Amino acid sequence: MKTKSNLERVLEAGEFAVTGELGPPQSADPEVIRGKAKILKDYVDAVNVTDGQTAVVRMASWAACLIGKEEGLEHIVQMTCRDRNRIALQMDILGIAALGINNILCLTGDHQKFGNHPMAKGVYDIDSIQLVSMVKDMRDEKKFQCGEEMAVEPRLFIGAAENPFADPFEFRVARLAKKVAAGADFIQTQIIYNVDKFAEWMKGVRDRGLHERVKILAGVAPRKSVGAARYMKTRVPGMDVPDSVIARLQGVPKEQVSREGVKLCVDIINQVREIEGVVGIHLMAIEWEEVVPEIVETAGLVPRPRFVT
Amino acid sequence: MLISEQKPLEDILNYVEGDKSIFLIGCKGCAEGWGSGGEKQVAEMKITLQERGKAISGSVVVDMLCNSALTKLKLRSYKKEIAAADSILVLTDGAGVQTVAEVVNKVVHPGCNTLSSGGAHAEWKEAERCLECGDCMLEFTGGICPIARCSKHLLNGPCGGSQGGKCEVDADIPCVWQQIFDRLAKLGQLDKLDRLVTPKDWSVSLISGPPVKRLS
Ligand code: SF4
Repeated sequence: MKTKSNLERVLEAGEFAVTGELGPPQSADPEVIRGKAKILKDYVDAVNVTDGQTAVVRMASWAACLIGKEEGLEHIVQMTCRDRNRIALQMDILGIAALGINNILCLTGDHQKFGNHPMAKGVYDIDSIQLVSMVKDMRDEKKFQCGEEMAVEPRLFIGAAENPFADPFEFRVARLAKKVAAGADFIQTQIIYNVDKFAEWMKGVRDRGLHERVKILAGVAPRKSVGAARYMKTRVPGMDVPDSVIARLQGVPKEQVSREGVKLCVDIINQVREIEGVVGIHLMAIEWEEVVPEIVETAGLVPRPRFVT
Repeated sequence: MLISEQKPLEDILNYVEGDKSIFLIGCKGCAEGWGSGGEKQVAEMKITLQERGKAISGSVVVDMLCNSALTKLKLRSYKKEIAAADSILVLTDGAGVQTVAEVVNKVVHPGCNTLSSGGAHAEWKEAERCLECGDCMLEFTGGICPIARCSKHLLNGPCGGSQGGKCEVDADIPCVWQQIFDRLAKLGQLDKLDRLVTPKDWSVSLISGPPVKRLS
């Protein structure tokens, strides 16, 4: 064990992992987080807290993690390179580790143009792959990015994201290999609707033996309505929503669409579980957290493993 | 006016390491003016490389290298020499290097670092080609600049938002990393993308370095 992470422990024990996701509020209200935390608590092994997702100002990920932690959640702090240079990133990394957060997800971040402050200056001092290797050097070599040494290292379980549906497809396995070489311990993928394409990517991953060097969690998310699925298809960068998915939601009476969305999500979980090299799922039910218990239960993934610490 | 200085010789020698024969290009515009890649520097570079066992298949100093129409025309008369070379070493700022990469299907090595555009982007009118980062990395990106043309200045390949050749930020902007990927594929150099590119030294760039000009 490199860290005290519950997620690492679950994965090391060979259990099929379940991570969830929580979006902090666009305000200083801690109750929103407490409410979501209570719903998720017994159904996931760790919960990602987004870091200014879609470049909209929200409560800082690390702060929301601390509130969730009080409710008994294990958190994965998300950290993007959009708003902070390497100095600020390293300061936050030390801070979150000192406060007892055990996991980090290293991201480049959605471009500021998408958010509510498109006039902001984007930072992008380093990219997500460089962030992974910076955290790894801090943890394993006790070294700052500049090479100077520190007394107490941040013991973080290091994650990164990958999108099997982005282009050029031929580069996507190579990009995963770079993240693994940089030091990623686990990967959470983009939301999967096109299972065939995901399976093709996983084959490439296995051909290079990467599934043995990094833990891969398949990204899944329920869709509440036909409109939401369409929005994902046309407006969200890097998504691949096949027409068959939209047709399936359209094929049921209006009041049953959200039920069908849940069923679809469970079906996808069952399909990706069968793919060699997938060791868990990352369930992103942002703003629909109350459906998480049902999905996890129907997929037969409860109770979650508990370890005595 | 684009202001550039020659890269350390050690860097240039690393770039051309596997190449037996090299074609040299300089420019009579800015690079001549700044003494980084005019007639004199091209002649000197020729001798330097020959002393290190490299064959120089030919060389040319173009009037305005950043003008792609002109450069294309001019390089036509050097077809044979260029074909005989393993690569091209361009002793100009980033705009000139990218022009050559655009008009010739051959590996292009940058021989200079661009320090400042003095407010103008040479003859490139349609888009930013150079952000004056002071540490030219066109060597690793098929002669196309990701600092100037990727919305997130990414150095390790396309982000997760690149789809259908377009940048996630704007469907009217091509994803430069798709362009880099395509070009490296054409040149048989996709392995260049496997390298883990370490964080950039922004202190030598105009956007982040001290406001006191690095130029003297
Ligand atoms: S889509 Fe391409 S150009 Fe746009 S930010 Fe991503 S890598 Fe850069």
